[in-house]
Amino acid sequence: MLTIDGPTYDAIVAHARRDHPDEACGVVAGPVGADRPVRFIPMLNAARSPTFYEFDSTDLLRLYREMDDRDEEPAVIYHSHTATEAYPSRTDIAYAGEPGAHYVLVSTRDPVDIEFRSFRISDGAVTEEPVTVIDTAG
Amino acid sequence: MAIEVRIPTILRSHTGGAKAVQASGDTLATLIDDLDSQHSGIKGRLVTDEGALHRFVNVYVNDEDVRFTGALDTAVKDGDSVTILPAVAGG
Repeated sequence: MLTIDGPTYDAIVAHARRDHPDEACGVVAGPVGADRPVRFIPMLNAARSPTFYEFDSTDLLRLYREMDDRDEEPAVIYHSHTATEAYPSRTDIAYAGEPGAHYVLVSTRDPVDIEFRSFRISDGAVTEEPVTVIDTAG
Repeated sequence: MAIEVRIPTILRSHTGGAKAVQASGDTLATLIDDLDSQHSGIKGRLVTDEGALHRFVNVYVNDEDVRFTGALDTAVKDGDSVTILPAVAGG
């Protein structure tokens, strides 16, 4: 199960809406081993495409250095689909390189309703998991 | 002295969990061969059957993405630092 706080959930959705019709992408980092996404890091989609996303290679190196220095890992890796459902594509599955991460897919195909779903992707197998949004004020 | 290679989580099953290992070589290709002789199977995760770097991994020599420095022909020397990261990409 993915447990995520309201402001981070909202930030992911806002990023996806902002970059529509191109795909948006980013990470929510958290302490190593804690399975707790806490630090929202929107990334540039170097592909600037409605059908593909890719972290710029220099940004990717900087991101991993920074997480390493802070004892963090990518708890969530998110990206948007802008014309299709929020489910991992074949390309998403082929590239998925963080079996410990929650892969969040957001679909912005509907201008009003948002789809926000979370998956584990490991060795080509996709497993959907429930998403719980928590109120951090509580 | 040798070359330090930083290993991403997804490949640490090949290195007994180690985050960084040492290897030697004068190009990235020979370095990967040496790496594979110590950590069997890792080459297949980095290099395709056709002998090119996999699209799914990024390799950096001293912070430079090797795609821009000659890929597997990139020269390496003792004291260099090599970082392997999974590309974060999809459709």
